[in-house]
Amino acid sequence: MKLENKVPPGNLDEKWTKYKSTMNLVAPNNKRRIEVIVVGTGLAGASAAATLGELGYKVKAFTFHDSPRRAHSIAAQGGINAAKNYQNDGDSIYRLFYDTIKGGDYRSREANVHRLAEASTEIIDHCVAQGVPFAREYGGLLANRSFGGVQVSRTFYARGQTGQQLLIGAYQGLSRQIAKGTVTMYNRHEMLDLVKVDGKARGIIARNLLTGELERHAAHCVILATGGYGNVYYLSTNAMGSNVTAAWRAVKRGALMANPCMCQIHPTCIPVSGDYQSKLTLMSESLRNDGRVWVPKTVEDAKAIQEGRKTGLDIAEEDRDYYLERRYPAFGNLVPRDVASRAAKVACDEGKGVSKSGLAVYLDFSSAIQRYGQQEANSLGIQANAAKITELGTAVIEKKYGNLFQMYEKITGENPYVMSMKIYPAIHYVMGGLWVDYNLETNVPGLFALGEANFSDHGANRLGASALMQGLADGYFVIPYTIGQFLSGEIRTPEISNETAEFMAAEKETKERLEGLMNIKGNQSVESFHRRLGKIIWEYCGMSRNAEGLKKARQLVRELKAEFYKDVFIPGTIDEFNPELEKAVRVADFMELGELMTLDALERNESCGGHFREEFTTEEGEAKRDDDGYAFVSAWEWDDDNPTLHKEELVFENVELKTRSYK
Amino acid sequence: MKLTLKIWREGGMYASGKLETYKVEADEHMSFLEMLDVLNQQLIEEKKDPVAFDHDCREGICGSCSMVINGQPHGPQKGTTACQLHMRSYKNGDTITIEPFRAKSFPVIKDLVVDRSAFDRIIQAGGYVSVNTGQAPDGNAIPIEGDTAGKAFDAATCIGCGACVAACPNGSAMLFTSAKVAHLGLLPQGKVEHEARSQKMVAQMDKEGFGMCSNVGACEAECPKEISLENIARLNRSYIASVFSSE
Amino acid sequence: MKWILQFLTSSIGQKLIMSLTGLFLILFLTVHLIGNLSLLKSDGGAAFNAYSDFMGHNPLIQIISKGNFFFIFLHAIQGFVLYFKNKGAKGSKYAGKAKDKTSWASKNMALLGTLLLAFILMHLGHFYVRFKFFNDMPMVNQDGADILNTYQTVSEVFSNPIWIICYLIGLVALALHLKHGFASAFQTLGINHKKYTPIIKALGTGYSILIPIGFAIIPLYMYFIK
Repeated sequence: MKLENKVPPGNLDEKWTKYKSTMNLVAPNNKRRIEVIVVGTGLAGASAAATLGELGYKVKAFTFHDSPRRAHSIAAQGGINAAKNYQNDGDSIYRLFYDTIKGGDYRSREANVHRLAEASTEIIDHCVAQGVPFAREYGGLLANRSFGGVQVSRTFYARGQTGQQLLIGAYQGLSRQIAKGTVTMYNRHEMLDLVKVDGKARGIIARNLLTGELERHAAHCVILATGGYGNVYYLSTNAMGSNVTAAWRAVKRGALMANPCMCQIHPTCIPVSGDYQSKLTLMSESLRNDGRVWVPKTVEDAKAIQEGRKTGLDIAEEDRDYYLERRYPAFGNLVPRDVASRAAKVACDEGKGVSKSGLAVYLDFSSAIQRYGQQEANSLGIQANAAKITELGTAVIEKKYGNLFQMYEKITGENPYVMSMKIYPAIHYVMGGLWVDYNLETNVPGLFALGEANFSDHGANRLGASALMQGLADGYFVIPYTIGQFLSGEIRTPEISNETAEFMAAEKETKERLEGLMNIKGNQSVESFHRRLGKIIWEYCGMSRNAEGLKKARQLVRELKAEFYKDVFIPGTIDEFNPELEKAVRVADFMELGELMTLDALERNESCGGHFREEFTTEEGEAKRDDDGYAFVSAWEWDDDNPTLHKEELVFENVELKTRSYK
Repeated sequence: MKLTLKIWREGGMYASGKLETYKVEADEHMSFLEMLDVLNQQLIEEKKDPVAFDHDCREGICGSCSMVINGQPHGPQKGTTACQLHMRSYKNGDTITIEPFRAKSFPVIKDLVVDRSAFDRIIQAGGYVSVNTGQAPDGNAIPIEGDTAGKAFDAATCIGCGACVAACPNGSAMLFTSAKVAHLGLLPQGKVEHEARSQKMVAQMDKEGFGMCSNVGACEAECPKEISLENIARLNRSYIASVFSSE
Repeated sequence: MKWILQFLTSSIGQKLIMSLTGLFLILFLTVHLIGNLSLLKSDGGAAFNAYSDFMGHNPLIQIISKGNFFFIFLHAIQGFVLYFKNKGAKGSKYAGKAKDKTSWASKNMALLGTLLLAFILMHLGHFYVRFKFFNDMPMVNQDGADILNTYQTVSEVFSNPIWIICYLIGLVALALHLKHGFASAFQTLGINHKKYTPIIKALGTGYSILIPIGFAIIPLYMYFIK
């Protein structure tokens, strides 16, 4: 199979503009007849459904949640990047493009990333117009902050809940279209299969989660905006319901899964506290603007902390190792996520972890409190004593990060204004996803993938505050144009019937699959399998990987899958509201995806971004990329025993491939 | 710690709904929902029907979790959703009663899961700014005064969980509706449609069968995002004004 | 004119009726108390009789008094409608019991209102109905004219401790009703502001204490001191 990325010709900065003005259009009278299915209503899905509805298409939107407003985009805290250069600090579309390519360790497609940077500014304008309450300066203009991996301030934010505010904006836009009747909303519906007719994606099989009924929905094309698969690790910052099923069903119908091993580990999460833990909570990366990461210099001190004989407060300044500042003086605490995460792992592997389990490092705000306190005292013109300075500084920190600190305290029961926070890396985002071309169309004609569900823009590592940007760019400003390239060829296609043999067969297969799961009637809960799967993937395909471990992991996952199909127990029945059955379907798909991840990680003999192979490092232990051998996208065609690898070569015409250095 | 749970079961084998008693062993570091996970794991091992409850992000932001713990929506901790409540708030031997959000407009689906689609319909009635993609002026074209932006933000923090309705003795949705009207109405971008929005959203709210606000203040006291009653006054004001000024 | 009906049957419209009628009745209470304080004068009831004669014959007062009855009626009817609608909207109650964060009065306005309605009926039976519709009222000559000796009627009622207890119960209900109702009326009108609301709340609390105490003094004074 030859993978055509359909990147238009021309100079990088003109490609998108030219392409937009010359691409095929669908006339308004035809739009009214053309049906589009959008699965998933997070940032990418809701914005796409709303915009396509505005354009006049007949849209059907699906979410497994009880309302589109609950999608996990809502949990993004830190912000959204845009090359507005409002701060006059030298930002530009090119610089955002360059930072994203570099941050992604040169494993993403230039043209897509440049388009993303171009759309970024329009996103901010649109969101402001929707009433998204971005943070503002005293003068009433939009405020910015800086994020890891960049040296400009281009991140727009809404306190610590940017994702929520942006999602609510998109949800409101979607609600407006629902009221107008251009979008029909299907809440509590889960896509369980993709239906292809004559090779084109023409519909889905969805399960009404309240009644258990299977429904056949037909359309001229299908858009998947179903998010990432980080929950394959069981413990992740993803929501409990986040899953790969919709995307995986597409893979089972022939779509390619690209770079599945590229997962992002976020350096600042609240550490695991016990075996019962169901998920991990992220603390926004924005905390690294002011927080300093450290561990004790000596293993003895760390041991004392692990055993509860000392706390962070007992370690004197000179006995602390601010290892990010030491190892990466240029970027310090603001190195990209993959670098910060690995550095934490290195510190903990050396035995310097600071929690009972030894798997945590400190994030400390005391110097920021002192600095801000002094500044405040100066601007108030008062001679403050130490206590007053701490008080003033604490107030500044509270204003900036109050809700995050509060959340930390709620979860851990410790006061982060006094005690250093404890953090540890956790799976947070996946760069991998369905392979798409420049039009965001998969190799299955008529099947599109947006947002985290596709692989397109972040290469091997995503920069902070770029996920929101990509989700909204895809939904608001890319798919409404590029979908026309496919749909303009469909204006003579009559309404797609959901009664054809293909739909009936897909429905039957889905029904049999569900019945098969229910009839196993074994002894172990779905949850217990998911936990075991997560442990395997985290152990062998997590922060660092090696060939031997990956081979072993694949074997273990296959064994686990066999056991699952022999011994899983699902209570209840098929034709009722049954959350355990929902989970079972998802975990079954995670097993196969997990296997593919190990295969992909094994195949990629280099270290890049989130993919760190122990065999491929520099003498200093940093990641070593192999641009000659691996400057390609791995797009996998699934097979139960022998998945096939297809390669899309990455061509870099505008940036020079360099070793990422944040030193 | 050993706990006794009294949980509302409805649907499936519990046709009319009743409180069932369970025993569970919890750890103080668990979140409340993780404690329920432990119970469900236990029930599944006994081949019994686990307790259904809505939950998703478990970070207190998606608004999915919806349960009344000992008579309080989201439990005892101020400004905290059920998923962010931790078991260190309880002690060995405690009995905890867990019930679904109760209101006629939030019918029970199963156990602790209720149907909150009425909220979606209230938003669909007018809880948006009518702007199509591509129409927006530059983001900095209109400066917004800090205080106003802050107030709009405070209202915008609503997560649509429905605790306000669950807490209200009248089953009123005024805090939810007014938070959206205030969020959009305070911003220059949303001001244009402010009065029409107030009318449309209140009409839908009434149609959904929510009760009438009698200023008890239970909603504000239980709101996990601590949204202020000031918003309800704002909605009253704009609604009354809109009735008299519109044609 | 459909809009008026639509407005008055909307949830906020119905609340506005409660608020405006309530505020009128609050104002009425003040006027009523000021007049009634003349009962405390040691003049054998002359001042009070003159006051009630004026109130009974001034045409403007007559109109206002009809309005007052209408507003009481409206407030009560609307109150009952709200109560039953809200009860229906809530459905079942919680089995779990929490420490209450809201005031008892705010959740029992209907109960308090019903008590007050009963009180008002009793009160009207004692006085208004007798003055207006019965011819057995004692008369008194004041300033050369024969007028009703309303003072004597009041004294008779307040010589019975059972009635005094009934009045005091009614006044406690009034205090609680006002405690929530006063501030609530302003909130319904949309008046809520960081600066003014604490003042309104303090005024409401003061009002809900002073007015019922003022009314309570009268029967107690007449029974124990006169």
